[in-house]
Amino acid sequence: MRNLIIWIALAAGLIVLPNVLSFSQQEVLVFLTINILLVASYRLLTLTGEWSLGHVVIMGVGAYASALLTKTTGLPVPLGILAGGMVAALIALALSYPLFRMKGFYFLIGSFAAGEIIRLLWKRFRDPFGGTKGLKGIDPMPDFSVGFYNFDFFEPTSYFYFAAIVVGVCLWILWRIEKSPVGLTFHAVHWQDKLAQASGVNLRAYRTLAFVIASGFAGISGALLAHYIGTINPNSFDVEVMVFVLTWAIVGGTSTFYGPILGCVVLTILNEVVLRELGLEQTRPLIYGLILILSILFMPNGLESIVQKFTRRKEAGLMRPEEAK
Amino acid sequence: MTSLLQVKDLTMRFGGLTAVDGLNFKVEKGTIHGLIGPNGAGKTTTFNMISGFYTPSDGAVLLRGEDISGLQMHEVARRGVVRTFQHSTLFAELTVLENALVGTHMPFRPNIFAAIFGWDRDDRDGADARARDALRFFGLGDLMNEHAGDLSHGHQRALGMAVAYASHPDIILLDEPFTGMNPEETKHMMGLMKRLCSDGITILLVEHDMQAIMGLCDNITCMSFGKFLAEGGPAEIRNHPAVIEAYLGGARHVA
Ligand SMILES: Nc1ncnc2c1ncn2[C@@H]1O[C@H](COP(=O)(O)OP(=O)(O)O)[C@@H](O)[C@H]1O
Ligand SMILES: [Mg+2]
Repeated sequence: MRNLIIWIALAAGLIVLPNVLSFSQQEVLVFLTINILLVASYRLLTLTGEWSLGHVVIMGVGAYASALLTKTTGLPVPLGILAGGMVAALIALALSYPLFRMKGFYFLIGSFAAGEIIRLLWKRFRDPFGGTKGLKGIDPMPDFSVGFYNFDFFEPTSYFYFAAIVVGVCLWILWRIEKSPVGLTFHAVHWQDKLAQASGVNLRAYRTLAFVIASGFAGISGALLAHYIGTINPNSFDVEVMVFVLTWAIVGGTSTFYGPILGCVVLTILNEVVLRELGLEQTRPLIYGLILILSILFMPNGLESIVQKFTRRKEAGLMRPEEAK
Repeated sequence: MTSLLQVKDLTMRFGGLTAVDGLNFKVEKGTIHGLIGPNGAGKTTTFNMISGFYTPSDGAVLLRGEDISGLQMHEVARRGVVRTFQHSTLFAELTVLENALVGTHMPFRPNIFAAIFGWDRDDRDGADARARDALRFFGLGDLMNEHAGDLSHGHQRALGMAVAYASHPDIILLDEPFTGMNPEETKHMMGLMKRLCSDGITILLVEHDMQAIMGLCDNITCMSFGKFLAEGGPAEIRNHPAVIEAYLGGARHVA
């Protein structure tokens, strides 16, 4: 009952939210929604202990796939978005064969290399990827009406509602996976792969599974982005964006589901409200780098650890010290 | 009749060092088989080869006559051979119950689609019941919500066994299960192992506690410097001149 009220309040808040924002803030809100899916999908991969530097490129795979499929085959945009996710998942499956011969640091570097190769292919092949200029005039979401509300996708508010529903469903699925025996197995693979394997867990299969699912959802986020901004190019998915994703995840903390989302929201607000107001937008990468270093030094468990401190104290009355770690 | 488990000329070389050298022994179904030898004799290495953690340099591991050497650890586990580790190897960040749930991975294989839509209720309940049973069997029923890393050493050993037992294997390999337990706990644990055995689970046991070995094992293989030394029942091994020599010559672990 209490949960239901919280969810209704959250939904109401999200419906009202864009209406109290300026146009440019509404646009930021759409990007934020898409980025939340991006960073939440990244967390699923980190559950198995692997950190990829190719996640944003995989997002781009979804973006390119959906943009091209809708343009060339006339696939409706919503199905294109789904297809974008599936293509990203399939590419990830193919990449997993070379990549999961590696672990840890080597996987990190391997994933970066794989991502750069994909970006090179986009740049090299004018047909169909549009070369360095990328794709323009990507099909927008067609407007439609649900009786009480008209979706007009020239309005960021409408796209926000649409994206929020898609992202909401995706987050629900990610959450269900994490809280399931599959999620437990991901944890097991991460923390003690020897024991997991001795319990019959196929490590390679589970690492691949996490990578493929995470990539699928990253692809959906990319497709959502493509049909919103209407133009994408290889630099939309370069390593700078990847650094942002890493920063959101690390600053937020990756030991809870909400940690990376929290990091994404807080840093986006910081970026928009503070940096833009102060006219420091150009220095964004610098400031992000600084925040990343400071948070690793002084807040190694992320923003989530601060939230946990308060919620745990309320729940248990008394907090065991090892839980504060 | 083929034995449940047989190692044939099993050999493991690490560079110039031959840790296990042409080892042969058989483990019969339904027995408790001891593998003893001074420190560094190659017992853990033998376990690592049987369980698929290492690929033998030479020789073979036969399970019910099938050659399983060179298979990966999860493939060996799925054939019913489950092991524990010498140094408490647990998911320290997870709760005791979650540790045991990982142990139910094989009988209740997770399915991602069923998990998303909640169609796996029965499996989850089954796994939960199995995990709780395993924990209660090893006396951890009151500690299910503790973090595994917070347990006492003895409880950690017990949890390692509970995780292995949760899959109901055909044969369980225990690497020094009694280290870190006091005499009381050891005695209790010996009783549990006898019960496992009478439930039909075959046990291959590496242990330094000679009293425990002698009290538990139907058959004992003794090795030294990677080589087979002697085999027989507890009485034979206790009085075997080569065994006494090996222990008095090299190690302090004689009972
Ligand atoms: N991974 C390894 N690399 C090199 N040498 C090893 C390795 N594992 C074990 N050894 C060596 O093999 C020998 C047998 O070790 P081990 O099987 O652990 O003995 P035990 O369990 O009987 O005490 C020891 O000399 C040990 O140093
Ligand atoms: Mg050993």
